[in-house]
Amino acid sequence: MSLPDLLRRGSPQDCRPVPRFLLTRPQWGALAEDLAREDSTDLLGLWADPGMVHAALWAEGAPHLVSCPAPDGRYPALSPARPGAVRLERMIHDLWGHVAEGAVDLRPWLDHGRWPSIAPLSTRPGPAPYPVPQPVFLAVEGEGVHQIPVGPVHAGIIEPGHFRFHVQGETVARLEERLGYLHKGHIGLMLGKPVRVAAKFGARLSGDSTVAHAWAFSMAVEQALEVQPSPRAAALRGVMAELERLHNHLNDWGFVCNDAAFAFPHARAGALREAVLRACAAAFGHRLMMDRVVPGGVTDDLTPAGAAAILAALEVVEAAIPALVSIYEGHASLQDRVVGTGIVAPALVARFAAGGHVGRASGRGFDARAAAPYAPYDTVPPVVPVLTQGDVDARVRIRIAELGEAIRLVRALLAALPEGELQRALPQRAGEGIGMVEGFRGDCLHWVALDDGGLVRAAFPRDPSWLQWPLLEAAIEGNIVADFPLCNKSFNCSYSGVDL
Amino acid sequence: MQPLKRMLWPQLARGLFGKPVTDPAPLVPDGVVQALRDRLEESAQARLGRSLSIRQVDCGSCNGCELEINALQNVVYDLERFGLRFVASPRHADVLLVTGPLTRNMQEALLRTRDCTPEPCFIVAAGDCAVDGGVFRGSYAVLGGIGEAVPVDLVIPGCPPTPAQLLEGLLALLEAQVPAKPRQAGAG
Ligand code: SF4
Repeated sequence: MSLPDLLRRGSPQDCRPVPRFLLTRPQWGALAEDLAREDSTDLLGLWADPGMVHAALWAEGAPHLVSCPAPDGRYPALSPARPGAVRLERMIHDLWGHVAEGAVDLRPWLDHGRWPSIAPLSTRPGPAPYPVPQPVFLAVEGEGVHQIPVGPVHAGIIEPGHFRFHVQGETVARLEERLGYLHKGHIGLMLGKPVRVAAKFGARLSGDSTVAHAWAFSMAVEQALEVQPSPRAAALRGVMAELERLHNHLNDWGFVCNDAAFAFPHARAGALREAVLRACAAAFGHRLMMDRVVPGGVTDDLTPAGAAAILAALEVVEAAIPALVSIYEGHASLQDRVVGTGIVAPALVARFAAGGHVGRASGRGFDARAAAPYAPYDTVPPVVPVLTQGDVDARVRIRIAELGEAIRLVRALLAALPEGELQRALPQRAGEGIGMVEGFRGDCLHWVALDDGGLVRAAFPRDPSWLQWPLLEAAIEGNIVADFPLCNKSFNCSYSGVDL
Repeated sequence: MQPLKRMLWPQLARGLFGKPVTDPAPLVPDGVVQALRDRLEESAQARLGRSLSIRQVDCGSCNGCELEINALQNVVYDLERFGLRFVASPRHADVLLVTGPLTRNMQEALLRTRDCTPEPCFIVAAGDCAVDGGVFRGSYAVLGGIGEAVPVDLVIPGCPPTPAQLLEGLLALLEAQVPAKPRQAGAG
C-alpha cells in the first residue's frame, strides 16, 4: 500500500498546514514495512508525548505527519527501515519511556543515569538507576585494534561530546559518538508555557542557529493559530536568517582551513564574520539576533542606520571572497587535505534524509526554502547549489556558494522591504502546527500543540543534526585520525541542538 | 609561492599603512579588580604574573557563549596581545572559563577538569546560564549555575556576553595579578 493510501486509512487530526493522521498500531506496523520496501519516503523526525509517538515524513514533495498510540508504552520501531530513526528511538525511550519494538539499538542515548528520575517527560517517571551505568560501545575486532577516547571536554572551544575511535594503525575502523552531555530539558521547560516564553527555548536550542530555530518554532505556532506574519516581519526574518547563514559559513570555512594549517583564511574569515556580527548588532540590537524572531512576527524593526550597516558589511565580505577562494583553490597542500577526505556516499545521505550542506554535497538537493517555500522566499527564491562528491571539499564549496546566495538574498530583501506592522496578535486557543525553516545547517523542524488556553501542551524541536551526526561516523571510516577535525568542521553538527 | 606572494603583499602593505584591525582594550572597573585581588594570595600573584592561560569548559551552553568566546581569538579582539591565551588542557590552565547552566550530565566532567587544574585557579562563570542557570533554571536536567558545583571567582553575565564584555572580565583578572599599589588621583 502506498503511503498516501495508508495515511487515508488513519483518522485525521487537526494540525496545520497538514493534518496529522492517527494510525492504529497495526497500521503503523504496516507503515514500517512499507518504508522498508520503498525508499522514496524520507523520515524527517520522530518524537513522542506521554501517550503517543509521532513521525514526520516527506513524500511526493510534501510533509506528512503520522501518530501511533502507545498506551502500554510500546510501538513498532521504524529504525529497521530508516537508520535515521535509531537515535530518535533511543531519545524517545529516554525522555518518555516508550519502547520501540524491534528496534536496531535499545541502548540509552540522552539519559546518562544522572537525572533524578528516568523517563522525565512521561506521566510516571521512574527512579534513577544506581550506581550510574557505564556506557557500552560497539566493539571492533581485529589485529592491533585500539581505542582512542575523546571528550566530553575537547581541546578547542567547542561543545562537549564523547567520540570513541577504534583505530587500526592510523586508520579509523569505527567512530562512535556518545552525546547527551548538554541535555538541559528543553521540552520539559517549554510545556505549560505561553508561546512567547516557550519561544525563548526555541531561540536557545542551538545558539548559532538561534534565528532559524526561533523562526521554525514561531512558524509552527503561527500555523497552529492560523496567523500570518506581516510581509515586513517575514522580510526581516529572511534578512536575519541569511545573515546567520553568512556568519556561520564564514566561521566554518575559516576553521576548515585552519585545521589544514592554513591560518590566513581563518584569520580573514574571522574578521569578516566579526564585521557581519557588528552589522547585525547595529541593525537588530544583538550580535546573534537572539530573541528577535517571536511568534506573530519580530520584536524590533531594523534600526534607522541598520540597512546601511548591513550593506556595508556585505560589500566587505563580497570583495574578500574571491581572494579567499583563490587561496583555498590554489594551494596543493590545502586541497590535498580536503579533496577526497571524509566522503559520504549519496545513497547514505538519501537513506538518512540529511539536509543542509551535508545533503547538498552528496547529491540531495533538499532545501526547505525551495522544497516547502515560505515567505519571504516565495518572492525571492534561493538558488540551491548541489554537488555529488560528498567530501570535505564539496561541503566547503556548497558553503562558499551559499555565501554568495545569502549576500544576494539580503540585498534583494532590503531593496524591497515592505511596509507593515512588526507583530500580529495571537489568539489564545488550542491548535497544532509544524514549521520548517532552512538554517545554515539544514532544515529546522518544529512541531507544537497548544491547549485551550494557548499554552504549550506538547512540542518537539528537530535540529537538522539528528540526521547528520550519524553520517560523520560514516565519513571518517577508513580515513586517518588526523583528518577527523577537518571532517568534523565541514559538518559542524550541533551538539546542543540534538541534546535537547 | 608566486600566487600567494601576489595576494599577500598588497594586503600586507595596506595593513602596514592602514589603521590597526584590532580594537582598543576596554576599560576595567577598579572595584572588580580589587575584589579579585582580595581573593588572590600574594604568592599566587607572584607566580602568575601578567599572563593567564585559559581553559574553556562548556557545561550545557547553547553554543551562543562559545561563539563569542571564540570571537575573542579573532584578529579584531586578538586576546593574546594582553597575555591571555586559550590552552587545550586544564593542566596548563590558570583560569577555567565555564559556560552553561551546568547540566547533570556534565557535572562529573567539570569536577574532573577542576581536579586537573593546578592551583591557583580562577573560575569564571560566563553567560547568564553559568551565573544562575538562566532560562534553564529549574529544569530536572540542570543544577542551575556553575556555582552549584565549584566556587566561582568572577561572573560575566549576558546572553551571550559580547566579546568586549568577556574581555573586560578577563582583563580584570589580569589586573588582579598585579599587587595593589597606591594610585595617583585620577589614574586608571
Ligand atoms: S547565556 Fe545565553 S548564549 Fe550563553 S549558553 Fe546560556 S542561553 Fe546560550
